[in-house]
Amino acid sequence: MDLPTFWFLLIAVLWLGYFFLEGFDFGVGMLLGLGTKDERERRVLINTIGPIWDGNEVWVIVAIGATFAAFPDWYASLLSGAYLPVLFVLLALIGRGVAFEYRGKVDSARWRRNWDRVIAIGSWVPPLGWGFIITATVTGLPIDINGDLRGGPIDLIRPETVLGALALAGFSLLHGAVFLALKTDGDIRWRMQRFATRYGALLLLPGAGLLWSVQIGQGSTWTAAVAGIATLASVAALLLVRRGQVGRSFALLGVMLASVLVVLFGSLYPNVMPSTIDPLFDLTVAGAASSPYTLTVMSWVAAFGTPAVLLYQGWTYWVFRRRISTAQIPPVRVP
Amino acid sequence: MEILDVARWQFGITTVYHFLMVPLTIGLALLVAIMQTIWHRTGDPKYLAMTKFWGKLMLINFAMGVVTGIVQEFQFGMNWSAYSRFVGDVFGAPLAMEGLVAFFVESTFLGLWIFGWDRVSKRVHLASIWAAALATVASAYFILAANSWMQHPVGVEIGPDGDPQLNSIWALLTNSTVLAAFPHTLAGSLAVAGTVLIGISAWHLARRHRHSPVDDPDRQVWHTSLRFGGWVGVAAFAAVAVSGDFQAKLMFDQQPMKMAAAEALCESEEPAGFSIFAIGDLSDPHCGNVSSVTVPALLSFLAEGDFESEVQGIEELVPAYQEKYGSHYPVDERLGELSGMPIDYVPSLPVTYWGFRLMIGFGVVAALGAAAGLWLTRGGRLPKGRWFAPVALASIATPFLANSFGWIFTEMGRQPFVVVPNPTGVDGVFMYTASAVSPGVSLGEALFSLVALTLVYAALAVVELFLLIKYARAGVEGVMRPPWQDPPADSDEGSTEPEKKDPDVLAFAY
Ligand code: HDD
Ligand code: HEM
Ligand code: HEM
Repeated sequence: MDLPTFWFLLIAVLWLGYFFLEGFDFGVGMLLGLGTKDERERRVLINTIGPIWDGNEVWVIVAIGATFAAFPDWYASLLSGAYLPVLFVLLALIGRGVAFEYRGKVDSARWRRNWDRVIAIGSWVPPLGWGFIITATVTGLPIDINGDLRGGPIDLIRPETVLGALALAGFSLLHGAVFLALKTDGDIRWRMQRFATRYGALLLLPGAGLLWSVQIGQGSTWTAAVAGIATLASVAALLLVRRGQVGRSFALLGVMLASVLVVLFGSLYPNVMPSTIDPLFDLTVAGAASSPYTLTVMSWVAAFGTPAVLLYQGWTYWVFRRRISTAQIPPVRVP
Repeated sequence: MEILDVARWQFGITTVYHFLMVPLTIGLALLVAIMQTIWHRTGDPKYLAMTKFWGKLMLINFAMGVVTGIVQEFQFGMNWSAYSRFVGDVFGAPLAMEGLVAFFVESTFLGLWIFGWDRVSKRVHLASIWAAALATVASAYFILAANSWMQHPVGVEIGPDGDPQLNSIWALLTNSTVLAAFPHTLAGSLAVAGTVLIGISAWHLARRHRHSPVDDPDRQVWHTSLRFGGWVGVAAFAAVAVSGDFQAKLMFDQQPMKMAAAEALCESEEPAGFSIFAIGDLSDPHCGNVSSVTVPALLSFLAEGDFESEVQGIEELVPAYQEKYGSHYPVDERLGELSGMPIDYVPSLPVTYWGFRLMIGFGVVAALGAAAGLWLTRGGRLPKGRWFAPVALASIATPFLANSFGWIFTEMGRQPFVVVPNPTGVDGVFMYTASAVSPGVSLGEALFSLVALTLVYAALAVVELFLLIKYARAGVEGVMRPPWQDPPADSDEGSTEPEKKDPDVLAFAY
């Protein structure tokens, strides 16, 4: 495998890590508004992800940073091309990030309610936005020969990109519910499991639509096989959560996510961003890549860095593995 | 208004804002790690109280540092896509390394530190604050290496497409510019943290402990914090001056125009004096009527290390730049109204001249404040005057201002370049700021983004300040049950001794 292809794969893996980990974070934030009864329950939800959400968020920082380093042209065209969606994601992430930290810092119901709104919006917008943006890069943007967007932001709104947005949001919501069924105890645990059982299929529907449309539009035989795996994994995940085997269901959702991303990035390759104006303007893996020297340097950094990250992040998950219930939430201590 | 102006305003606003949080995070994280280490070694509850109190302020600030940093990472692609394409082969690498090596460690171990008081052993808990603190330092190194490359491109050759290509990552990471900027910025960050310690501690001492006995444990907390901050502040200022002098010498070789602009030095001088104060219209490019108060030969010393050397002035440098890099912008519609126009090689003189002086000036004030704080509190003393607390509080602003002006000077002083040509480097590795903006982005989009980010940042500034003040005022009681108080019989909170408390309740929760 040549270096640009390796980096294309690595970036796909970084997005996978991000959507898998921050996916359930987002879901938890969405469920804060949808599935809680009182303040204690809301605190349970927030504390299931308290120690880890920031580490999860770094996955996207590194995905974008790695894109800058390995495919500067892709980085430039994608972020300037999908300008407004990226901006909305940023604004949402800003609000969400401070909300977790600041929400409990003042003992007032109004203060908390306002931050809860910020968390809810901040957890809906990024998966919608990223789903939209990733689908746009897979299915193409109206870019000219320089990689610059021709036309306005409206041109990005197409059936596939909208499906992509809904798909990632739906997945995150389900993933969050399953995660909570795994990480909480007491009443919430069972409610989350019921929620996942009842709405799971509905939440995965847009994803199925996306898979279908990308496969029809750009897929090949081997991506069709992977799409099959994705379908099987999702069906199995839904059945397992119904039977109460939440841990397995959670893992299978990961398998499904991975297969969907393989289909998306697999049908994108050897492009990184097709042009909807003229195939001549397509940004390709080879054309957008950095020099071999830069890629070699970065490969060494990644070869040592990535396993280390997986090890210590995995370890913190182990440290905070215990289920949390309303009984464990300490009283508020604020000045 | 052009998209260039909007993009520059947005970059300036968001970066200066980010850099209000950054030095406080870096400085406080290191100091908190030291406090916790002392607690770990001595078991003195005073240091536990300090760790928790200053740690809380650090965390409130950290959240803002993180969210404003993400904007920076994306902004290059959004507003500066032409820049990103040009420098990507070089510039992306340190950015990606920063994420992989520093940000992952920082966020993961800080999460462990916040929530881990009763989940990991004391030793591991201590190690996690050190990991997070050192990661902030590492992140500073990588991002400064990226920035230094823009000031002084090294380790590159011209690639087949005419863009710079990295040929030595080693050269990039050991760029003389970053070797000087890193200690300077790190010391500037410690100066910030030191002054924050002094200001808040002085306020507590003055407000609560005017009459309390010297060995009152709460008084001890603030007294020790104040003196710790004082020593850090004094040492940091010395480091800032030494490294700054080093930077000035590099700047003289690498960016002579910035040096001349920093001094508003119109004609070359030999030896050159250092201007302390200027009267007149600095924005006049021919310096018609500027008169300034100077220290003879000091500029020669700053630039070359002796008292005789010539320092080149703007009048002499402009023709040299025109000859080397051209006198007019190329004709290119993407340059907007600058297309085909003459290039103005002189950065904004009022900004560079005053930026440089305000950086140093506020730093001197902060340093004097730190020294005064040490003197006034020697041997457990406490100044009686009413002025003490307000003055100490007000001094907190000074190192923040010095840092901001330092950056504004550095970044504005390199205009009209975004990548400054390296006089001894490969020809052709430079870029004008005007050619760096995104061609595919509309003015409306850029304006919307500028306004939205500015409004959100302004709102969050209010919230952050409100919280910092609230927690700063509350003192130790705001973050824990003071360790020197006897626990109420039925209490399960606040203690850090895991064996003493209900194992089921979390030691810390949001
Ligand atoms: C000298 C230090 C320094 C400088 C010049 C910058 N930063 Fe910064 N940045 C930090 C020092 C730092 C830090 C100390 O590591 C922060 C501040 C608070 C924090 O959470 O980490 C941080 C946070 C931070 C984050 C969030 C990290 C996380 O989630 O943990 C990102 C993505 C960036 N920065 C990116 C940037 C970019 C692209 C910059 C260039 C314009 C930049 N920073 C300037
Ligand atoms: C590695 C870190 C940094 C990089 C890569 C960087 C890069 C840039 C870029 C690309 C621009 C836009 C082009 C221009 O207008 O000159 C810019 C402008 C600017 N930056 Fe930086 N910068 C960095 C750090 C900072 C920091 C930390 C600050 C201040 C706190 C800062 C202050 C500014 C200001 C004030 C401008 C506006 C200059 C102008 O409008 O002319 N920069 N910088
Ligand atoms: C004797 C005092 C000082 C001297 C001689 C000095 C010198 C310098 C010089 C020459 C630069 C520009 C480097 C370049 O553009 O190539 C600079 C930048 C800067 N200064 Fe200072 N400085 C002093 C004090 C301070 C203080 C007190 C602070 C903050 C507390 C500070 C913070 C900064 C920052 C943040 C930058 C921009 C980043 C960088 O280039 O490192 N400086 N300083």
